[in-house]
Parts: sequence; structure tokens; C-alpha cells
Amino acid sequence: MDASREWDVLVAGGGNAALCAAITAREAGLSVLLVECSPEAMRGGNSRHTRNMRTMHAGPLPPLTGAYPEQEYWEDLLKVTGGLTDEKLARMTIRQTEAHVPWMLKHGVRFQAPLGGTLHLSRTNAFFLGGGKALVNAYYRAAASLGVDILYETEITALAIDGGRFRSATLSRAGATREVRAKVLVAAAGGFESNLEWLREAWGPPADNFIVRGTPYNRGGVLKLLLAAGAKSVSDAKQGHCVAIDARSPKFDGGIVTRVDAVSLGIVVNRNAQRFYDEGEDFWPKRYAIWGRLVAGQPDQIGFAIIDAKSMGRFMPPVFPPITARSIAGIAQDFGLDAAALERTVAEFNAAVRPGTFDHTVLDDCRTEGVTPPKTHWARAIDTPPYYAWPLRPGITFTYLGVSVDDRARMRMQDDTFSGNVIAAGEIMAGNVLGKGYVAGIGMAIGTTFGRIAGEEAVRNVRA
Amino acid sequence: MSAPNPRLEELVAEAQRVLAICNACRYCEGYCAVFPALERRLSFDEGDVHYLANLCHNCGACLYACQYAPPHEFALNFPRTLAQVRAQTYRKYAWPEGLGRVFENNGTVASLVTAFSLAIFLVFAGWFAGPTRFFAPWSDAEGSFYAVLPHGVMASIFLLVSAFVVVSLLASFVRFWPDMGEEALEFLKAPQLSGATWDAMGLKYLDGGGDGCTYPDAQPSFARRTYHHMTFYGFLLCFAATSVATIYHYVFGWKAPYPLYSLPVILGTVGGLGLLVGPIGLMVIKGRRDPDLVDERQDGMDLGFLLLLLFTSATGLLLMVFRETRVMGVLLATHLGFVLALFLTLPYGKFVHGLYRFAALVRFHIERRRPLPYAATE
Repeated sequence: MDASREWDVLVAGGGNAALCAAITAREAGLSVLLVECSPEAMRGGNSRHTRNMRTMHAGPLPPLTGAYPEQEYWEDLLKVTGGLTDEKLARMTIRQTEAHVPWMLKHGVRFQAPLGGTLHLSRTNAFFLGGGKALVNAYYRAAASLGVDILYETEITALAIDGGRFRSATLSRAGATREVRAKVLVAAAGGFESNLEWLREAWGPPADNFIVRGTPYNRGGVLKLLLAAGAKSVSDAKQGHCVAIDARSPKFDGGIVTRVDAVSLGIVVNRNAQRFYDEGEDFWPKRYAIWGRLVAGQPDQIGFAIIDAKSMGRFMPPVFPPITARSIAGIAQDFGLDAAALERTVAEFNAAVRPGTFDHTVLDDCRTEGVTPPKTHWARAIDTPPYYAWPLRPGITFTYLGVSVDDRARMRMQDDTFSGNVIAAGEIMAGNVLGKGYVAGIGMAIGTTFGRIAGEEAVRNVRA
Repeated sequence: MSAPNPRLEELVAEAQRVLAICNACRYCEGYCAVFPALERRLSFDEGDVHYLANLCHNCGACLYACQYAPPHEFALNFPRTLAQVRAQTYRKYAWPEGLGRVFENNGTVASLVTAFSLAIFLVFAGWFAGPTRFFAPWSDAEGSFYAVLPHGVMASIFLLVSAFVVVSLLASFVRFWPDMGEEALEFLKAPQLSGATWDAMGLKYLDGGGDGCTYPDAQPSFARRTYHHMTFYGFLLCFAATSVATIYHYVFGWKAPYPLYSLPVILGTVGGLGLLVGPIGLMVIKGRRDPDLVDERQDGMDLGFLLLLLFTSATGLLLMVFRETRVMGVLLATHLGFVLALFLTLPYGKFVHGLYRFAALVRFHIERRRPLPYAATE
């Protein structure tokens, strides 16, 4: 590779948004250099771990069934973010998702009809055949055949940006550094969730008990450089997509299999053997994303999901086998909890369970009365041995702190002017749309929309 | 019943670890039958592991899509693990049981059997015909083949060997089927049998979910399915040629060699060409395949079978072309030697993959008609 050469576009990052931008810009004839910090085998950032994209559609759009209109999509997003979103950017993202499906097909992404465990999402989310890594592989194949230059295991260690204008980037690979010039920088390098020091800065000591469910390569280097160069930030460092996952998961990169879907069928207690939240508030797919923060708020950031034999096999099997015991005290013993306290919690819960008709497929009438917190659906006494339990930790998937952008993906500076030639896409700007909360498949919707917009904006910028 | 097999136990344990991860992930469920089948289960016993391993066509799509594949610390290699299990399935269910061992050094065994079979026919034909007749330029009209090898000898050898092959394969199947947990008669029901036949004839699951399987590398391609079709249908056509010729011989009393435009020769020629191009193609892509994708310990078995198919068809075609020259005798004996070696190794080589995979496909079609054994509500 000729180091003195100037590229039209430098794409920082190698996940979904980066690839959508690189492919779009290259197809318009620009020269594109894509810089991915991970090794080839682990490329793709958190897109590797994704499975589907939330997609608006007016009528059946294979693989999607029925219709998912803009307004409903918007309301779903509004609900989870509690208003911490930018309606203009959010609605634009939503509207564009419909056109992504044919574009993705054209670039080698394949979809599948949802099967077994995910039927309830068949209307709202388009599932990638083989999941996100297969999507990433397809995009890399498309990018390579178009002639995008790709560097792996290469980190961007410095950005020369003056007056909001990007000049060059310093690339570091295997200890050697070099300067690369480009007319436009597309920043699509993800959040900072795998930077443990940064997490600790934001969360304090509890961060030490977090597990990073996503890629170990999102260390936030590019985000930090952009903020230091005067970019305007959005959201804050404590916001992110954080679910409760099995405490025995690897520190990084555990992905989907670390989930524990038993929560809504049983109870969850903390280290003091006390319940702390309504386990049956809503369907699990609508609630799993709040449990990471709930567990993060408990002493030692740990929780324990407990079910009895009646519920076994009624949810997706988690990867780690449950702790199994013939008695509640046995469960307590295994986790080092106060056995008497746990027995008391379970007894109080059981006594509060009202009769009802259990049906896990609807918001049923099985609920508690006279216990705090209540369990409002699927409440059944925990009384049939053997008992099964899983330890839970907060599992962070991605962070929302990012750079502010407009509907052309142009990065805003602190004085609210736009950078002349820095464009941002993906997790690094997802906080514009997603100030807090999470709804399945929204990350890929934002990444694909802003990735493609970033590519188009790069073309406009270079041709201007 | 079987002797303890530490390798199998180790592989079943590894397969159970891998299957538990896959069952919690399920991203690959759109690729093939294996994933919907595993999703029906919460745990996996040895019978399940054999079933799923043989249902896998080793297309490779799931390895490239796998977020847990090496270098991830879960080090999950689904296709290779199942390929390794398959080798143990073949070993465990071989009949007679003691011959299961030949799956350990299958390439060597195939070579020895080939050498032995060639020697038998060359020596016998040489001795029976004597050098003058053996190297004489026979014309078709003179019944060239039977001039160097008596029909009765040829027919009895192959009748005996074929009967043994059929008994051995049946015995393997009869031992394998109940271990998957199915009733004997379930196998014979029309819907599942026709569903499985359709899948097998079209190699439905060598399509990587639509774009072709990721073999020999990450780029989806239909090369493997195409070459396999050539090989398989080539084999069937050659088998048909032999069957028609048998009818000609016994029913109509027409003696070989048959004219070039006769049905047996046309079927044999077309099938023989398929059996040339198919195995060569499979060997070429095998040479280029991603080493992560397969169990390299099975190379000998795969190559042994492909080469026997290739040499059988190559010598058969040469025999057809040169049957009225002085080399006919040598070519005939060589061809029959390869055919004999192919037959003898059918129950103890790569051929058996078809038997177990077909059984697994039938089981899949039985299962899919049953309600899910547990309700996954999430």
C-alpha cells in the first residue's frame, strides 16, 4: 500500500455501519480505505453478535410478516427511550429501514424466516441467515470485490483535525506507525464498552463486576480522539445496552448465549436474598434490556434467578447449566446466600401468589398480592423441586456516549457548527437516536441507515 | 454391547458442549436440518449426537457464521466436531463389528484390498486364458470378455460379494436405527421416506441455506453439490447399466460385449463420464478446502473411495474403447479388480455416509411432524 497516497475516504471501524459506508462510497467511484482494529477472524465489531434488524414495512416484505408502520415503530422507540431521542433522526432512521432489505440482499446478506424461539419478532425484525457474522462476511466480500482497501489489526492512534477539518490519521500496526491522508473521515468505530478503565470512570467500582457481552475491540479510541478534537457529545457514559447475563460468562465476547431467559418464569433475588423488581412486568423480549441496569444497582452487582421444576424447559436453554438443588436452602448454600433469608423470601412470595391461569404466551392473570415488589404476570409459587438457579451479572453490549450528528451524518462540533469532513455512523453516534433503553434490532437499523447515509455524504463531500 | 471406545466418549462429550452452545445461540437455524433438530432438545445423549452428526452434510456455512469459532475462547467448530463423530458412527455400527477398525486406517485398507482384488483377477485370467489367449485381439463377435474370463466365475464372485455387501449394510442400519430412538417400522412410512429421498436426491442441505455451501472456502459455491451429483448419478447410471446387462444376459440370452449404441453401453458411458468428472472435481476442491472445515484424519477414507470410483469408471471406459485389441484381457481383469475392490470396501469406507445420512434424514422427517417436545415461549 502506497503510504503517500491520499484516499478519498478513510473509514475508521469495520462493523456494519463502517461496511455500509465503505461499500456505498466505493460504488460511487471513491477510493476507500477501511481500517479495522481487530484481527480478520474477529472483525465486525458488535455486528458479529447481532442477529436482526428492526425494519419498518407497509406490507409483507419477506422475510417479514404483516406490516410494521412508522408510527408504531416510533412509539416502540419512544417508550424504551423515555423521550431521550431525536424525533427527526429517529423517524428518518425508521423510514429508511424498509429500503435496506433489498440493498442488503444485493450485497450478499441473506435473511431467514424466524423459527422456534423468535416467532414473536417475525413482524418487526428481519433476521439475518446465519446471524451478524454471516452479514459481516457478506459485506467484506462485497467490499473486497468492489476494491475497498482493508487493513486489519490496525489502530487509529491519532487524528489531525484542525478547525473541525480532518487532515490525516496515524495508523498503528504491529508497533509501526504511519500517517494516512484522506479527504473524508467516516468515524464508525463503535462505542467504548470494552475499555474497562473508561467504564470504571463512568460507573465507579461497580464497573469491575460488569461483563462485556460484546466485542473486546470497542475500546473507544476513535471516540475519545473525536471528543478531544472538539466534537459535540451526545448521551452520557453511563448509558448503554446492558442486559442481565450469566455471571459465569467470559469477561468479553460472550454474545447471545450468555442470556438467561428464565427471569419472567421465577423470581430474582440479590445478594441479601431479597427480590428487587417485578419479574413479570412484561414479555421478556421487552424487558430483558432493563435487567442489566437493575442488577448493576444491587449490592456487589449480582442477582440470582430462581425457578422450580414447573418452569424448566419453557424458555431458551442457557449455555451454562443451572445450579440445581432439592430445596431452596440448597440453592442458597450453593450461592453462599443466607438460607433462612432466601426461604423467607420464597415463602412470602409463594403466599402472595393469587390463583390464575398460567399462560406464558400472553400477559396472564397470575400475579401476586401483598408483596413488594409485586410480580404482575406469570407468578406461580416456587414450590416444586428440583429448583434451578442462575447467577446474574450486568452484561454490557454497547455504550451510547457518542458524537452528535445531523440527518446527513455530519459530525457536530461543540459550537454547533459541522465538521467540514468528519461523518459518523453506527454505535459511535447511536446515542443521537437512542439516549437510553433498547429495543431489539435497533442497533443494526441505526448502523445501516447512518452507514449508508455516511457513504452518500462522503461522496457529496468529495465531489463538492 | 460394543467395546468401550475412549475416542467416541471424548467426542460425544465435546459434541455435547458444542450442542449446548448452539442450542443457546440458534443463529444458524436457517442453514440446514441439523439446527431445527437440535432445537427440539434440551440435552443430548449419544444417540442424539450420532443422529445430528450424520444429519450434518458438512457444508461449512455454520463455521463461517459462528461468532464462537476459534479464536473465540469457546473454540467451537461445529462441522469438524460432527465430522469426527461420524467417523466413530461408521466404526461403531460396522458389521461384522470387528471390521469397524478398518475405519481407523481406511486409506491403507482400501489400497490393500485394491491390490488384492487386482491380483486375483489378473492372476486368474492369466492362468485361465494363458498368455496367448489373454493377449489376443478378440473381436466382439467372438464374445471377447468370456474368452479370457468365464462368465460363471465372474457372476458367482460378484453375486457372493454383492450379497455380503447388502447383508453388511443392512446389519449396520438395523443396529443404527433403534439407537436413534425410533421404532423399526417408522422408517418405512411413505411421507418421511419420500421427504428424505427428495432431500438426498437433490442434496438439499449442500446449499448453505441458499447460495451454495462454503466449501472449499468461505465463498459460497455449488461446486461440491455439482460434483457430488455427477458422482452419485454416475454411479447410479453405471449400476443401471449393469442391471440392464444382467437382464439381457439371463432373460434374453444376449451375451456381452454389447454394441456401442446399446442401452447398457450408453448408460455405462454416460455414468462413467460422471464418475470421471465427479470424483476428480471432488478431489480438486478437497485439495483447496479450508483445513478448519474438516476432520483431516478422514482424508484416507475419502480419497480411497473417490479413487476407486474413478479407477472403476476409467478402466471401464478404456475397456469399452479397446475391447477389440490385444490389451482387452489386461483391461478387463483390471476393471473387474477395481470393481471388486469397490464392492468389498463399500460397507467399510466412505460409501456408508450415504446410509447413515439417509437414515438421519428419514428421522428428521419423522420428527418434524411431531409437536415440539417443549414450548419455547421466548
